[in-house]
Amino acid sequence: MPLAQDLRRVRAIIWKDLTTERRSKAGFNAVAFLGVLILLLFGFALGPDAEALRNAAAGALWLAILFSGVLAFNRSYQLELDGAALEPLLLYPAPRWTIFAGKFAANLLFVLLVEAIVVPVAIILFQVKSVAGWLPAGGVLLLGSIGFVGLGTFYASMASRSRAREVLLPLLLFPMLVPVLLASAEASSALLAGNPMQDAGAWVKLLIAFDVIFVVASFFAFDHVIEV
Amino acid sequence: MEVERGEVVGIVGHNGSGKSTLLRVIATALRPSAGEGWVFGNHLLRDAIEVRRHVGFLAHAPGLYEDLTATENLIFAARMLGISEDGIAPVLDRVGLGHARNERVRGFSAGMQRRLALARLMMANPGLLLMDEPYNNFDPQGIELVNEVIQDSRRAGGSALVVLHDRRQGEGVLDRVVELGRGAVIGTSAGSSKPLTLVSAGGMPH
Repeated sequence: MPLAQDLRRVRAIIWKDLTTERRSKAGFNAVAFLGVLILLLFGFALGPDAEALRNAAAGALWLAILFSGVLAFNRSYQLELDGAALEPLLLYPAPRWTIFAGKFAANLLFVLLVEAIVVPVAIILFQVKSVAGWLPAGGVLLLGSIGFVGLGTFYASMASRSRAREVLLPLLLFPMLVPVLLASAEASSALLAGNPMQDAGAWVKLLIAFDVIFVVASFFAFDHVIEV
Repeated sequence: MEVERGEVVGIVGHNGSGKSTLLRVIATALRPSAGEGWVFGNHLLRDAIEVRRHVGFLAHAPGLYEDLTATENLIFAARMLGISEDGIAPVLDRVGLGHARNERVRGFSAGMQRRLALARLMMANPGLLLMDEPYNNFDPQGIELVNEVIQDSRRAGGSALVVLHDRRQGEGVLDRVVELGRGAVIGTSAGSSKPLTLVSAGGMPH
């Protein structure tokens, strides 16, 4: 059955990316360290005012996720380029969407693992005391991550063919991420401030719309950006 | 230019003559700037996925994941190809990497990496082998192994296009040799095991 076979290919790419990452470790350590460092620097910049720290917590957290995520996306394709493995990957008899889906899922897991470190650090450093429900907060984090990783994976594939990919990726990605970052930061801020979910509702709806549109569009467009 | 089933064709020419480009176009790794081609009746652009099912490409670079072991590299290839993983151990033994099956590719020599890439090609068992200077980085046993892979493929009815920088490398294996110059066929000659069959300047017909 072709779909079942394609899904096995997606799982193979996830397994390969995560195994490679687990073996090298350098990538995850660097990305997690950068995320924590950004939070620390923001904490120092804002000073000891607890109210100011709490107000800035959501923005600082999403900036930390943004910068560390960009490192992860570049690395995801660097794994293929290091051993000239991108060409063989493209020459397997598989639809291109399977490569995007595998990379997207592996990057999402990677970013969620980084978040598992930076979120507790942010809660401690920025003295967050009340969160209007851990489940909605986790949901916002997941929705924001899906949109962020979807676009990041797409643009990283586009930049992977360029020598200046480390510079090119942020230039391409950051402007496109404004809606998802804004919605994620505002929704997170409302939840961290202890506001009920309805205050964050509009931003969550925007996040869902963004995720659906951009992830689906990336699936279809990937065929053209990675095509030989 | 046409290659028949079971035929092994050598491709020679000066640097920049288009030998590797030709292989990469047929492997669907490059889009042709002009002309058309078919592999077992499948158009190179319109039926690219079907072409990839029939073609195995041994490129200059081995295209392996250095932080995976030899076995894991082949497991990944098997899953992407949609074939059984049962053949991995025998094929690793055949290319002489059975002792290093659980070692990471990062520690492999260039020759060992080349053998692993060859193992991946053998596992895929394609109908058309595309080999770009396959004898590079191989010791005499490795060269013999490459020849065996080509002969095995031929016996199974497969074809092969083998890029060489020295036509003597393919002695005893090639049915004929095609010489390229500036991206076009400029000459053909018989190989050492079978007389010249056919070469034309037109595109590959169905």
